[in-house]
Amino acid sequence: MKKILVVILAIVMVFAFAACSSGGDEPEASGGDVVKVGFIYIGTTNDGGYTQAQHEGTMALEAAMEGQVECLIVEEVAEDKKAVTDAAVNLIDQGCSVIIGTSYGFQDALIEMATSGDYADISFLHFSGNELADNYGNYFGAMEEPRYLSGVIAGKMTTTNKLGYVAAHPYTEVNIGINAFTLGAQSVNPNVEVDVIYIGSWYDPANEKLAAERLLEQGCDVITQHADTTGPQIAAVDAGAWTIGYNLDNSSNPELASAYLTAPIWHHEVFLVPTIQSIIDGTWVPEAYYGTMADGYISLAPLTDNVSEEAKAEVDKVQDTIIKGEKKVFTGPIYDNSGTLKVAEGESLDHDGIWSIDYLVQGVKASNIN
Amino acid sequence: MKFTPAITQRTGLSTRQSVTYRAIAILLSVVGTGLVLMLFGLNPVRVFGAIIEGSMGTPIRIHQMINSAIPLVISTLGIIVAFKMKFWNIGGEGQIVMGAFGAAFVAYRLPDLPQPLLLLLMAVAAAAAGALWALIPAAFKAKMGTNETIFTLMMNYIAILFVTFLQYGPWKDPARAGFPRMPDFSPNAVLPNLFGNNIGWVIAMILTAFVYVFLSRTKKGYEITVVGESPETARYAGMNIPAIIIVAMAVSGGLCGLVGMIQASAIEKTLTATISAGYGFTAIITAWLARLNAIVALFVCVVFAMLVQGAAFIQLSLGVPAAVAGVVQGTILLFILGSEFFIQFKVRLPERRRRTV
Repeated sequence: MKKILVVILAIVMVFAFAACSSGGDEPEASGGDVVKVGFIYIGTTNDGGYTQAQHEGTMALEAAMEGQVECLIVEEVAEDKKAVTDAAVNLIDQGCSVIIGTSYGFQDALIEMATSGDYADISFLHFSGNELADNYGNYFGAMEEPRYLSGVIAGKMTTTNKLGYVAAHPYTEVNIGINAFTLGAQSVNPNVEVDVIYIGSWYDPANEKLAAERLLEQGCDVITQHADTTGPQIAAVDAGAWTIGYNLDNSSNPELASAYLTAPIWHHEVFLVPTIQSIIDGTWVPEAYYGTMADGYISLAPLTDNVSEEAKAEVDKVQDTIIKGEKKVFTGPIYDNSGTLKVAEGESLDHDGIWSIDYLVQGVKASNIN
Repeated sequence: MKFTPAITQRTGLSTRQSVTYRAIAILLSVVGTGLVLMLFGLNPVRVFGAIIEGSMGTPIRIHQMINSAIPLVISTLGIIVAFKMKFWNIGGEGQIVMGAFGAAFVAYRLPDLPQPLLLLLMAVAAAAAGALWALIPAAFKAKMGTNETIFTLMMNYIAILFVTFLQYGPWKDPARAGFPRMPDFSPNAVLPNLFGNNIGWVIAMILTAFVYVFLSRTKKGYEITVVGESPETARYAGMNIPAIIIVAMAVSGGLCGLVGMIQASAIEKTLTATISAGYGFTAIITAWLARLNAIVALFVCVVFAMLVQGAAFIQLSLGVPAAVAGVVQGTILLFILGSEFFIQFKVRLPERRRRTV
């Protein structure tokens, strides 16, 4: 008897759900002219760094093109073809005609889809990487510029002359940042040394913090990072050291206020808004976009009050020359950390030269977390 | 006063009764999930509808669903063979990874072989590598009676770290400028498609039939079941128990190894340390849900893949956070697996003292 009772009860409840649902149902608005843009993220939109910066660009795009563009997002997608393809196909299934991948490891899956012929009517945009196709463009920024400036600040602020750098992979993009930071620091403080720990992941809150703690133990008093979360920044706060973030301006976070100096940051909407507009207008030509500080695509976040007046004055001066194009970050003489001359005096690297860097400059000591 | 409920093994539960219990479980899972969704302020009927629509609504969604089902079905078959013998193979993940490694080894060494031959060799290498990885704990169990649960679990980490080492070290693609990724396979090493999905779905159906026949119609399959039910009976009947353990685990690991080959060849087109994507663990759940029956497993895995694809769909279409989609899956499983307990065991609450009227 009891069993039958349970069954009946269950059915009654199901019907109760059905009943209360009828009120809440609203047909989905399917605006005819709205272009759906699908974003694929590696982390969460509140990671305090990389993905949050991406998502702020996404929201700025939606705000700037209200009524024309609707953005859909998939968070926490692994850098595997299965995960990326699933996310992209599900977004296309939802009506997205533009797919935007935002992590280097998404490139293989997306270029494969773009060139397969099955998705010829979809426009693909990819943040970072080097692939191009008829319906696939990539975009990135000259992060070496604000990185260099953040190095100037670190070089001025350190008293131990040891700077700590939590890095993701020993990949070109990361090494460009390490080198630019080091050159900036050395430009104001020739005795400075940069200690790097590679954690082998873009996004790993625990290991990011652990690596920073190790660097602090080794005597580093300024911590910066090429990794996605606030882990290194928290470690610096705990140790009473300085921190320079990355991707996103966290200066308003009260928990980081005591240690935060600045961060090299992205303004993705500067690229996204005109590009999506050109896709809508049918004038889009896939390109390899490389935004600079002069373009406003990247910048050094406003300096906090923790930064000394002397450092502020120095940064303002150098920033001005970079934006005007008078100062190139990678200008010789540049030696690698085995002492070999890589860029001769008077020469400077252009975009292609920078992106073929396969060394760390003199003054950098790198190790892996494991 | 004691309030401990008495739990006793059930005997002679009729088919009708167990079907009723399962039906109740499914209903309760729907109700329970509905309550959870309402807690999150979501409309349960709309979410359930979206899960079904999201997994079956368009050809794209069906293809996506089948793509998720293929590795799950074959992993589940592998787990079933081991579990039938009550050999708790928690090492599916590692066997999948080693299978993918075996396939990749062949794909990188002989990239220019004709496609059918290359794929066949990759499959053989994958099955052999997966089987070998399962045979190590099997041999220890057969010879020394070690605990296979811990042993197979630990073998996962060795396999994953081994492939991670290759990915970050000797097998890293130098063309990637330092990014840890292995080179893509040659086109000949990629499984072809049939009706929009990689041919793995045909392999999965064939293997389902194979495992069903193997377990229920062959002498070895019967022996595996007997060893699982009662090793004493098996010994008394003169069965060679170590040999049976070895054969069963070779089949189990070989099947998991094939999953690695299919995923590496058809989906990733390269080897990655994350290739197993949890299939080896999920397969334990689906194997139980299927009551270790290969044919039933095929359907259970398809339903499971619908849940996975449906969960991805509701995140996009209804803006449901990823965590809630996970809670939905977990709640459904809790009820359905929970019902198995009540089918196997009788639970009697302690009797209250009778009130005198």
